[in-house]
Amino acid sequence: MDTSTALYLTMLIPIVAMAGNMVFSARENLRDGITFLCATLTFVCVLVILCNVGNATTGPYELFEVVSGLSISFHVEPLGLMFAMIGSGLWIITHIYGIGYMRSNKEQHHARFFACFSIAIAAVMGIAFASNMFTLFVFYEILTLSTYPLVAHKGTPEAVRGARIYLGILIGTSIALLLTGVIWTFTIAGTLDFTKGGILEGKIAPTLLPVLLGLYAFGIGKAALMPFHRWLPAAMVAPTPVSALLHAVAVVKAGVFTMLKVGIYIFGIDFLASTGASEWLMWLAAYTIIAASVVAMTKDNLKARLAYSTVSQLAYITLGMALATSMGALGGGMHIAMHAMGKITLFMCAGSIYVAYHKTEISQMQGLGRIMPITFGAFLIGALSIIGLPPLGGSWPKFLLMMGAADAGHLTIIGVLMVSSLLNIAYLLPIVGRGFFRPATDTRLPKTFSEAPLLVWLPPAITATGCIVLFFYAGSIQNFLAPIVESTP
Amino acid sequence: MERLLDWTFVVGHMNYWLFIVLMMTGLFIVVARGNLVKKIIGLNIFQAAVFMLYISIGKVTGGTAPIYPVDMQGHMQVDPSIIYSNPLPHVLILTAIVVGIATTSLALALTIRIREAYDTIEEDDILKIERHMAAEDNKEHGAAMGGRA
Amino acid sequence: MSAVETQHVARDLMDQLPVLQVAIPLIAAPLIVFIGNRKLAWAIAFAASAAAFVIACTLLWQVIDGSVISYHIGGWAPPLGIEYRIDALSAMILMLISGIGTIVLPYAYASVAAEIPKKQHTLFYALFMLCLTGLLGMVATGDAFNIFVFLEISSLSTYVLVAMGAHKDPRALTAAYDYLIMGTIGATFFVIGLGMLYMATGTLNLADLAERIADQGINRTVRAGFAFVVVGMGLKVAMYPLHHWLPNAYTFAPSAVTTFLAATATKAAIYVMLRFLFSVFSPGFHFEDWTLYLIFIPFSLLAMFAASFVAVFQTNLKRMLAFSSIAQIGYMLLGIAMLNATGLSAAVVHMVNHGISKAALFMGVGAMVMYSGSAFFDDLKGLGRKMPITGAVMVAGGLSLIGVPGTAGFISKWMLVQAAFENGWWIIAIAIMLSSLLAVIYVWRMFEVLYLTAPSDDCTATDPPLPMLVPMLILAGACIWFGFDTELTLGSARVAAEGLLAGSAGMMH
Repeated sequence: MDTSTALYLTMLIPIVAMAGNMVFSARENLRDGITFLCATLTFVCVLVILCNVGNATTGPYELFEVVSGLSISFHVEPLGLMFAMIGSGLWIITHIYGIGYMRSNKEQHHARFFACFSIAIAAVMGIAFASNMFTLFVFYEILTLSTYPLVAHKGTPEAVRGARIYLGILIGTSIALLLTGVIWTFTIAGTLDFTKGGILEGKIAPTLLPVLLGLYAFGIGKAALMPFHRWLPAAMVAPTPVSALLHAVAVVKAGVFTMLKVGIYIFGIDFLASTGASEWLMWLAAYTIIAASVVAMTKDNLKARLAYSTVSQLAYITLGMALATSMGALGGGMHIAMHAMGKITLFMCAGSIYVAYHKTEISQMQGLGRIMPITFGAFLIGALSIIGLPPLGGSWPKFLLMMGAADAGHLTIIGVLMVSSLLNIAYLLPIVGRGFFRPATDTRLPKTFSEAPLLVWLPPAITATGCIVLFFYAGSIQNFLAPIVESTP
Repeated sequence: MERLLDWTFVVGHMNYWLFIVLMMTGLFIVVARGNLVKKIIGLNIFQAAVFMLYISIGKVTGGTAPIYPVDMQGHMQVDPSIIYSNPLPHVLILTAIVVGIATTSLALALTIRIREAYDTIEEDDILKIERHMAAEDNKEHGAAMGGRA
Repeated sequence: MSAVETQHVARDLMDQLPVLQVAIPLIAAPLIVFIGNRKLAWAIAFAASAAAFVIACTLLWQVIDGSVISYHIGGWAPPLGIEYRIDALSAMILMLISGIGTIVLPYAYASVAAEIPKKQHTLFYALFMLCLTGLLGMVATGDAFNIFVFLEISSLSTYVLVAMGAHKDPRALTAAYDYLIMGTIGATFFVIGLGMLYMATGTLNLADLAERIADQGINRTVRAGFAFVVVGMGLKVAMYPLHHWLPNAYTFAPSAVTTFLAATATKAAIYVMLRFLFSVFSPGFHFEDWTLYLIFIPFSLLAMFAASFVAVFQTNLKRMLAFSSIAQIGYMLLGIAMLNATGLSAAVVHMVNHGISKAALFMGVGAMVMYSGSAFFDDLKGLGRKMPITGAVMVAGGLSLIGVPGTAGFISKWMLVQAAFENGWWIIAIAIMLSSLLAVIYVWRMFEVLYLTAPSDDCTATDPPLPMLVPMLILAGACIWFGFDTELTLGSARVAAEGLLAGSAGMMH
């Protein structure tokens, strides 16, 4: 199979999955089987691309031209390929988890749920392989719209309100700021193609550069940079598989991925570094890291706490871009993978606890670790990875980011990263501690081992293992991503 | 020497002054009168003013009616020394008059239907009834900026 | 681009197309009345508008290279005779109008049967044909007074069509009456303007007018004429402070009429406005520049915000969409006022894209009203779930109205903002984006009512019959299709904009 076919298939197969869900909406097993098959095939296609291309850049493959100069076209480059691998790989796991969660939790409208889920994955693939900002924006909006029904899934007034905030902020920022920025870029640069070294150099006044960067940084609402982070906690009303894949991996990573793409291929790292236009963004990201961690500590609802933790972790990646050094950008890129693995584990564990005992608040979870050791064990590993302790995957990107900060000469940022790690410990580990060491307060809980259903506890166990494995493969990821920051065009 | 008031200009443009007066009278009636039939009359005056404007601009000083005499064989006797008025605006305005009649008759028909439906042709009363209807709608469907927003 | 003249003397049927475009629906109208059979009336109307659509497509195909077709009625050469002039812009608008007319008719058959008493059906189709004639004529003709005649043909039939909604709600009558008064004042202003231009130039042929104004320069009479024409057409366009007739007319007219009007009537008026602003007067005319900058831009911005804001608070979906139309007209006028090629293309392409999206939305509402009895939000609760296809159509139309990527509306919005940046008008670009956020709010209100509220238990609504569904699906498909394939819409709009910017030169013989 040649690369372009595989590339189109990664977007087509999820659409097939969606169609399968709609057509066979009444036949549960067939429907879920089709989706599983499609998820696997999508992953295989991404692997085919990986084998064909490696970490070279190929393309662009133009699908068609919408307006002269603006086309829907795709290319393969390391960062996007890595993102596609994470998205499609974790889709398989999340789908298994989703089946278990939706069935054991007796949620309604399964077919609609999985159909929207599949569209969202197709959109993620489109974002990952987009070769220009126009294509990326189109898929970015499709992703927003397709996840809206997922957030509003329960249909309760609370869910509707959450979905309204979700949509309002994401659509609002993307139309009012991002689209403005994109059109502005197009007007001055005459192109929107992702080009190594950026397309803006010499085309824009240095005083306006921070403004344009601001339009992108705030416009990419999915990156949840403060003060546009409110949608992420609001989206937590969605069923947990959504929170796990979309709001720990696909949607938010699409945001920071876009951020990195913009930084590397639209502005150009060197251009940013030489003009210093991104310095304010760096401080804002640093602020977001600390502030979101502090807010996370005050949350008793587990998913809300994880959501704020995500806000904080996403800012690492923005920070990596804003540092405007190659180490920083690499660290940001790698953090996409590492954080995805860690955070999806945490979310799936949260869902597992909810499925088994309907607990949502951290204060109610005392003693649960003893009866659900696998879930809490996975949670511990995921938490340690997020904190960034070796031998877990999460330690590497932090290391790279610190090196990047040192390269840029911002020692304060190193301090921020360290404080953030401490804060992570402070809000993540007590959850595990309560689970294992405090006596259960709820007398209705069983006394012996009693896990959530297999399909619910197995996926987090797999991803937790993944966190450990990634630690040893961090070097290859770094080598894989290296071409994106090589200064020779 | 600039004079404040150029009488030859004022008198020479008498047709325009009359047009303006007539037009404003008509427009004022449309706006100020509450009776639907009177509004239609106002509209007619307004349109008639435009007809007058068109007719008056067709006039060429010293010109006569633009009719060529025809001899026994049916050939037109064109005499270049005679000045004729411009017939085109008159023809145009014939069309406009027809349109005006159609508009008036349609407006009157609507007025009859309105009278059947509302039992009045006074705008104030109609508005009162409509406001009431809007208020009923709002009561039933939740008050917002419904009705005559 | 230099205008290439094609035929001067009509030789075969192909050469007669410009006049057939208008004549076919015109003849169909009395035919329908004479025959008097309800089903046959529909068939004739459909055949006539389909023929008009085919002709419009053929014409567009002929002029898409930037050429101009000039047709002389009765063989009388302009400026003495009446001339029909077809260029890319007019062919495009002709296609929009006749296309929407053709698509609305199958829908109208069932919708009219539900909303209008039986004995009026033939008259409805006859009036529909007259309205179509008027709108097509306004666009096809190259003679200023002829524009007025066709304008009145379309307006008079529109008043009656709106009043036909009286069967359901008597307020349709007063809406029609208001529209009549305002429409007549607008049309009369237009005639006054023409009179002044005639006084100054002695001609009424648009091309000839352009030439003579260019020759003799600007004087007070021409300026006054310009002002009257703009205000008169402004009323017909429903330009912001002159929009008062629109919400009631759209709300209380029968659904099929609202669909047709929303998609075409204001567009034809904007076309005439464009003709006068760019072809008759050239943009270099300072008075015009100031009119555009000082009047069009502030009022367009006001329309975009105020009308959208009012739309957000409506309780009646039809009325909400009507206010949204006023706001969208603001976008089109803003595009015109940018006075650059991108802005003009944006305005022209938005005329088409908005026409399609609004038609889809109004059709959807119409189908829902057939079951719910009213367009009030709380009567529409959960209908999107009960009527899945209708709901999907409305989602497509709504997204296009917002301008979400992948829909037709996105293309127009993109072009509009790009035009603002090309002019360096920052604030305007941001204003466009902010006002589309208001569109997000009101469209989302609609979605929430349709999908996220529970339908009442005794709700028996299902998707409407096929003849209504197919037109809706075609329009919804077009909303998406033109978001990706812009060859036809934006391509033609670009040619049209170039023709317009060539100014009066484009109209010269």
